[in-house]
Amino acid sequence: MDGTDTMSQQTTLTHGMGDKLFEGMNRTKLDIAREDICVEVKDLNLYYGQDHALKNVTMQIARHRVTAFIGPSGCGKSTLLRCFNRMNDLIDICRINGEIMLDGSNIYDRGVDVAELRRRVGMVFQKPNPFPKSIYENIAYGLRLQGVKDRKVLDEVVERALKRAALWDEVKDRLNENAFGLSGGQQQRLVIARAIAIEPEVLLLDEPASALDPISTAKIEELIYELKDQYTIAIVTHNMQQAARVSDYTAYMYMGELIEFDDTLSIFTNPARKATEDYITGRYG
Amino acid sequence: MKEWWKSGSPWVWLNGGAVTVSMIMVFGLLLLILVRGFGHFWPHEVVQTYYEVPGTDRVEVVGELRRSETLTGQSMREAGAPIPEDQMVVTRHLFKLGNRDVTGRDFTYFIDDFLGEWRYPRDMTVLERREWGDFYGQPLRLLEAGRTVAEGADLWAEFRARLARSNRLYDEIRQIERGDIGNINFRMERVRLDQRRAELRGTLTPELERQFAERRAALDAEYAVLQERLDTLIEEARRDSIVMRAAGGQEVTIRLDRIVKAWQPNDMSVFAKVRFYIGDFFDFIFGYPREANTEGGIFPAIFGTVTMVLVMSIIVTPFGVLAAIYLREYARQGPLLRTIRISVYNLAGVPSIVFGVFGLGFFVYVMGGAIDRTFYPEALPAPTFGTPGLFWASLTLALLTLPVVIVSTEEGLARIPSTIRQGSLALGATKGETLWKVVVPLATPAMMTGLILAIARAAGEVAPLMLVGVVKLAPTLPIDGNFPFVHLERKIMHLGFHIYDVGFQSPHAEAAEALVYATALILVLLIVMLNLTAITIRNHLREKYRSESD
Repeated sequence: MDGTDTMSQQTTLTHGMGDKLFEGMNRTKLDIAREDICVEVKDLNLYYGQDHALKNVTMQIARHRVTAFIGPSGCGKSTLLRCFNRMNDLIDICRINGEIMLDGSNIYDRGVDVAELRRRVGMVFQKPNPFPKSIYENIAYGLRLQGVKDRKVLDEVVERALKRAALWDEVKDRLNENAFGLSGGQQQRLVIARAIAIEPEVLLLDEPASALDPISTAKIEELIYELKDQYTIAIVTHNMQQAARVSDYTAYMYMGELIEFDDTLSIFTNPARKATEDYITGRYG
Repeated sequence: MKEWWKSGSPWVWLNGGAVTVSMIMVFGLLLLILVRGFGHFWPHEVVQTYYEVPGTDRVEVVGELRRSETLTGQSMREAGAPIPEDQMVVTRHLFKLGNRDVTGRDFTYFIDDFLGEWRYPRDMTVLERREWGDFYGQPLRLLEAGRTVAEGADLWAEFRARLARSNRLYDEIRQIERGDIGNINFRMERVRLDQRRAELRGTLTPELERQFAERRAALDAEYAVLQERLDTLIEEARRDSIVMRAAGGQEVTIRLDRIVKAWQPNDMSVFAKVRFYIGDFFDFIFGYPREANTEGGIFPAIFGTVTMVLVMSIIVTPFGVLAAIYLREYARQGPLLRTIRISVYNLAGVPSIVFGVFGLGFFVYVMGGAIDRTFYPEALPAPTFGTPGLFWASLTLALLTLPVVIVSTEEGLARIPSTIRQGSLALGATKGETLWKVVVPLATPAMMTGLILAIARAAGEVAPLMLVGVVKLAPTLPIDGNFPFVHLERKIMHLGFHIYDVGFQSPHAEAAEALVYATALILVLLIVMLNLTAITIRNHLREKYRSESD
């Protein structure tokens, strides 16, 4: 019986969900003050060829807060995340309309330097992807791209980034060893250190702990908590508990639509929509 | 039976069998050239016996046994040998008699039944001569300027000492001829070309002309000094000679400067033979060829092959890698690109001689001709680059091996995980930065694989080289002490062509056979060595860029 319920739910969701969604949001009166908005998504639609992957997404990401995206596989949460630093540009068949405002200017405007944008919006991927270089060079990579050659500056930044990523004590004696010698969890923290070494404003984390063991996952979560006072963080996760633990705001997505977006406490304790509740309680997904 | 069929073991047997057959063929090939090639340098014992065919005179036979074979009596009778009617089988021996200048025949078959007792006299001597091949005989007297200086027991020691002296003199002569006089000739040609260039440009003033004459006079003076020294040395070297008793009792006088080395194989211990063997092998590798390549060493061929392969690698790697990067990373994937890719892949299947023809027609005549007209007009009508040479041979081989490098590099690039690219892009790198700082370094092992395959193919190629730069005998090496040190326009010698030339174009087929195997062996060893070097580099790179995806 559950199955049919979900199906009917789904039908209502896909037909004219827009107004109802706003109803929901109005109801929770999500009060992100204008000056606290870091990223603002307005009527974003994304197509992979014929496939309509993101439908009329509108939301805000608050500065120096953690926003979590949850939802079943294929719901478009990673796709949305990749819109924030225009990683979807790499896919030829991908078309986008709508706006994403970063600090008040649209990142999809003509004349936006994508490389510059990605320096402001860092990203960490699901699988640790260190470069086949030394630990030191991995961190220094982003700075070297910006033309920093001064060894003292590099040393300083590498140390600071590794300390912020809580990796310094583990690797300080082997900075010149290949990064592949690190464990999976260490690699992921290295990748985070690499991302924050270039001081981005926003940090996008795409299921950063899904390939890691529980202890490494706990470390990453701790790290996210520590980083949020300096960075605006958006995290995609499959792990509900993780979303509940680390995030301030949570967005639930389904079939390319933003079903519900609210502060995390509300979402997990008092979801406005049945679909959200079903997903969170595990009846779906 | 059905069970057995279903169990899959027939496939295992079939696959295993295929591997076994391949292994047997490869090792058989290697073993054959190893045995035949390495056997060449062993100091074989020299037999002294006599040969008496019924109804003819008895003749003395001195030589090395090369091989023995057993034939039917019938076939030998038909060939005209006086074999009794009731004899079924006949054994015959192939002897290397040497003494080509005395007997006119180097190798001769003898029927076992008519040979006398085989003896191995201890003083039987083999002389390796600079001309006419080996000489077999017994030393009688040592002469200095026609006067006997040694005989009997102390002859051998004295002979060895004087041979060493004459070899030293000979080396000095060669050094002057090849090095110093070659250098003067090179500079003389420079003067001529400088003058001709000035003439062509119309800047030849009487003042300049006087300078050229001065330079020429200085070189002439230098040459005269060298020539005088050379004459003295030649005179010195001609001083001694040895009188040998050849088979049949004939006395032959041989000047010591015509002898490369001498040994008495019947008097050598195994240890001495091993030492001799190693020395002989080194002479083969580091010596220059003599007697239309059928004697002496193959150093110029080894040198030419290596130089050519290296120049080819230097040309093909950047071209192949850049082309592959463009095809894989930048070009729009579509029908046009597919066509280009198929064309490139099919280039690998074009017979190599076609590349040779193309190289000759386009590289040598069109490009080389243009280079000559533009940069070397003073040398015309003698061509500089408008004739087959090292550079054109390397370029032709580079073209031949380009597909291999492109394919390997493309595959290497395709294997780089997209997460690594994205990681770089997400840090604000542009596509170009990502490519050159992360992707290409990661693909270097694949490029090396391409290069390894290219080297293996190029080093063994012969057919196209005959058209574009490889010759039977090159007077000079492509790298020497004369500016600009690497002479890309020079013709080179090549091991593969050397094998063909010695094996099929040589007047002394029997003598050449062993050399063919030995040269083939060196070629195989050389390719193995070049490959091992490349593989070592590749493994080093792999270790450096080791990633989880490997």
